[in-house]
Amino acid sequence: MSEAVSTLKVSLWRGGSDGRFKTYTVPLKANQTVLDIVTWVQRHLDPTLSYRFACRVGMCGSCAMTVNGRPRWTCRTHVTKVIQNGMLEVAPLANMPVIKDLAADMRPFFEKWVAAHGTFAASKTRTDAIEPIKPDEPARRAADEAIECINCGACYAACDTVRWNPDYLGPAALNRAWSLVNDVRDSDRTSRLAAISAEGGCHNCHSHQSCQEHCPQSLNPTRSIAGLKRLSMQAFVRGEINA
Amino acid sequence: MSASRRTYRRNILWNAALIHRLSGIGLAIFLPLHFLVLGLAIEGAGRLNGFLRLTQMPAVEFAEAGLIFLLVVHFLGGLRLLAIENLPWFGGQKWIATAIAAVSGCAAFVFLVRVL
Repeated sequence: MSEAVSTLKVSLWRGGSDGRFKTYTVPLKANQTVLDIVTWVQRHLDPTLSYRFACRVGMCGSCAMTVNGRPRWTCRTHVTKVIQNGMLEVAPLANMPVIKDLAADMRPFFEKWVAAHGTFAASKTRTDAIEPIKPDEPARRAADEAIECINCGACYAACDTVRWNPDYLGPAALNRAWSLVNDVRDSDRTSRLAAISAEGGCHNCHSHQSCQEHCPQSLNPTRSIAGLKRLSMQAFVRGEINA
Repeated sequence: MSASRRTYRRNILWNAALIHRLSGIGLAIFLPLHFLVLGLAIEGAGRLNGFLRLTQMPAVEFAEAGLIFLLVVHFLGGLRLLAIENLPWFGGQKWIATAIAAVSGCAAFVFLVRVL
């Protein structure tokens, strides 16, 4: 590790939803991520600090937090790029209950993922021949554009529609549904379209595009939701789903 | 968690959504007043003309320029949203949102120059 060159004041959320920010002074080092800062506080100043992380390389989606008011994946966020007036404020993700300190309760997020029929429903068994999938088919390309979601919850935390309507499924769940309705191997298309067209579904989206703005994977859930709106409308006109 | 700031809203597209919403509210307030004024014509040209003389006041003309801005920004912003939701996706959304605000501002400015 490189030598500490200066210090940084960092405010971390402590407690539950009725908690408060507590300020710590930590050494500022080269190539330091926000997750490094949080880890340093836990290991050197306060071992009771709770937070969540796993892979530390931007693959697992565990470490997303609110950094200076914006949802970010903390393991890939360099402190020097987000520091404001020499301060760093780290809070748990918004739009989710707080478990403790920086750990948000992601159960509502994943429950909505399930409510949007986010699980793949196989149309064939292992005894059937493997279905050939051409990577350049329009549906496959649409699925591929949405499939790299790591479920970090950054889009969900940045979505004002979720903030205003707690029943709204949210960008990640709908983005997942979009990747599946474009998967020709999936057998749950109609009931999935019914699920995402119901109350709290895709038609609640106001197209603020905050999900697109804050996705650390540079995905575009707004595009996925717009696609679902079109498919939902087509299915309704054909009488496949009810209003 | 009131202490946490909402800086995630500091981006062009969120502000475009805010402007679209506020301009819609502004137009919703304006329209009934507009129809009330038009209704004066039913009661006689004199009453309508009497009210229309108010529109010669600079303050009212500035307000009308603001109204032009609201109309244009809401119309073009609405077209952008309709295109997002009904056409295949296209990029450059931030550029388009910025251009809509600029065009709306120019339309209001041109109106103001013509009436003042």
